[in-house]
Amino acid sequence: MGMTMTQKILAAHAGLPEVKAGQLIEAKLDLVLGNDITTPVAIREMEKLNRQEVFHKDKIALVMDHFIPNKDIKSAENCKCVREFACRQEISNYFDVGEMGIEHALLPEKGLTVAGDCIIGADSHTCTYGALGAFSTGVGSTDMAAGMATGKAWFKVPSAIKFNLIGKPSKWVSGKDVILHIIGLIGVDGALYKSMEFVGEGVANLSMDDRFTIANMAIEAGGKNGIFPVDEKAEAYMKEHSTRSYTIYEADPDAEYDEEYTIDLSTLKSTVAFPHLPENTKTFDEIPGDMAIDQVVIGSCTNGRMDDLRTAAAILKGRKVKKGLRCIVIPGTQKTYMDAMEEGLLKIFLEAGAVVSTPTCGPCLGGYMGILAAGERCVSTTNRNFVGRMGHVDSEVYLASPAVAAASAVTGKISEPAELGL
Amino acid sequence: MQAKGRVFKYGDNVDTDVIIPARYLAIADPKELAEHCMEDIDKDFVHKVQPGDIMVANKNFGCGSSREHAPLVIKVSGISCVIAETFARIFYRNAINIGLPIIECPEAARDIKDGDEVEVDFDSGTIYNRTTGKQYQGQAFPEFMQKIIRAEGLINYINEQ
Repeated sequence: MGMTMTQKILAAHAGLPEVKAGQLIEAKLDLVLGNDITTPVAIREMEKLNRQEVFHKDKIALVMDHFIPNKDIKSAENCKCVREFACRQEISNYFDVGEMGIEHALLPEKGLTVAGDCIIGADSHTCTYGALGAFSTGVGSTDMAAGMATGKAWFKVPSAIKFNLIGKPSKWVSGKDVILHIIGLIGVDGALYKSMEFVGEGVANLSMDDRFTIANMAIEAGGKNGIFPVDEKAEAYMKEHSTRSYTIYEADPDAEYDEEYTIDLSTLKSTVAFPHLPENTKTFDEIPGDMAIDQVVIGSCTNGRMDDLRTAAAILKGRKVKKGLRCIVIPGTQKTYMDAMEEGLLKIFLEAGAVVSTPTCGPCLGGYMGILAAGERCVSTTNRNFVGRMGHVDSEVYLASPAVAAASAVTGKISEPAELGL
Repeated sequence: MQAKGRVFKYGDNVDTDVIIPARYLAIADPKELAEHCMEDIDKDFVHKVQPGDIMVANKNFGCGSSREHAPLVIKVSGISCVIAETFARIFYRNAINIGLPIIECPEAARDIKDGDEVEVDFDSGTIYNRTTGKQYQGQAFPEFMQKIIRAEGLINYINEQ
């Protein structure tokens, strides 16, 4: 029996000629990731280990991104704990205020994640790096501690669902609409414990930023990982950003999949996930035309990259954010911030009446920088719309693409760009 | 290993944001964190829970973020075991790694009601509902995971290797 792309990467890292779905393996890790929320917990767990040294000081990435610049004393103490640990252990890939970015936007940009890697991160959206053809998955802090100390992790080899993408998305339809459509199709546990393998000629019509967005939200369908084949675009991205060598794995022609779906990208429409689950998706023919909103957030590990900011700017250029609505734009990384400034995007946002923040996860998880009051409604390019996710338990989050978020910021209600004549 | 207690019953897709909201994640002390366990969907939980009680939910329990704070606050609250139709995978790993017993059993998860008295035997995977007299067979852990659970978590397991 052939292996899926994910299974091939896992077999190679377990030193086995082949693996099967359900098999428990121990795999060598190329990178172990943590942030300012999960790393302090991992450090406390690591202190209980007999082995106190990290396995490789260049194969650990610690990114301060959730509550920074620190929102309160406790978050400052958490960052201080990680900063001191990184210094003591001589961790080379430690990213603090001034050089950081939202972890899953930052690491590919820094060239730390490449095709063929086996990566764990104490953050559920670690699955993002599948866009580059890596196996990467979210774990907890104890797994992170064990990974930092031993350079290994245990995995149950996943089975897979194949998504055969065909066609080309129409204008204003992006990777966000693709993944929201898929989550709406299979549900928030539709890929539970499984790989989501995206293949087909349609992949070539998706930018790398689209692919990062799609792989990023595999976890919102319960997936263990999301993964794309490595094509010319992916290789060009890695050559531009990384000096590391990479390995291209391909699924065997006779690989077995639990399910197969064909998604015609040309038929997809702007899609919005209504509260309180990412599977509650609607397209604009199903959305009432008068759903007033209070806030728009454009950013996050899902949609804080240059493609996303360019799309939002194309809509906000020469227009104004609706009076009384807050529009918060958060570039994903320090470099994205700089690039957006040089392209004139930040000026467009500011002239429209939006605010632009330093990179942070901030409002996505209700941390700070845009918390919602009771009864308030936000259109957000983030990844979760659970109860209380962005603030009060009686607030609402509507997940959407940067195009829908920007159009909604102008009209003050949930809108698609067509409503602005675009 | 066995557990016995009164049931707190929840529905589908109980996510980590409602188990422990992110606004509390900067808190380092597990007991202080646990004061907010489940508060966004069940404000009474922390006042009612007794040591040994059991949490039962339907599908995809623990979906969402990777925060280990989620299984931790459930454990520190005094919950002895979580039974669900299915668990989200990161929560599943985290529960094993920190030594919170969990068991998948769709039939039991659907049948058992809030307030029922339930017994669980982890070695066999047997679940007994004392209130209704009904018995269920849950999925026992693979041997590798049993070793981690017997060591009371991944850290001890690694130290024993």
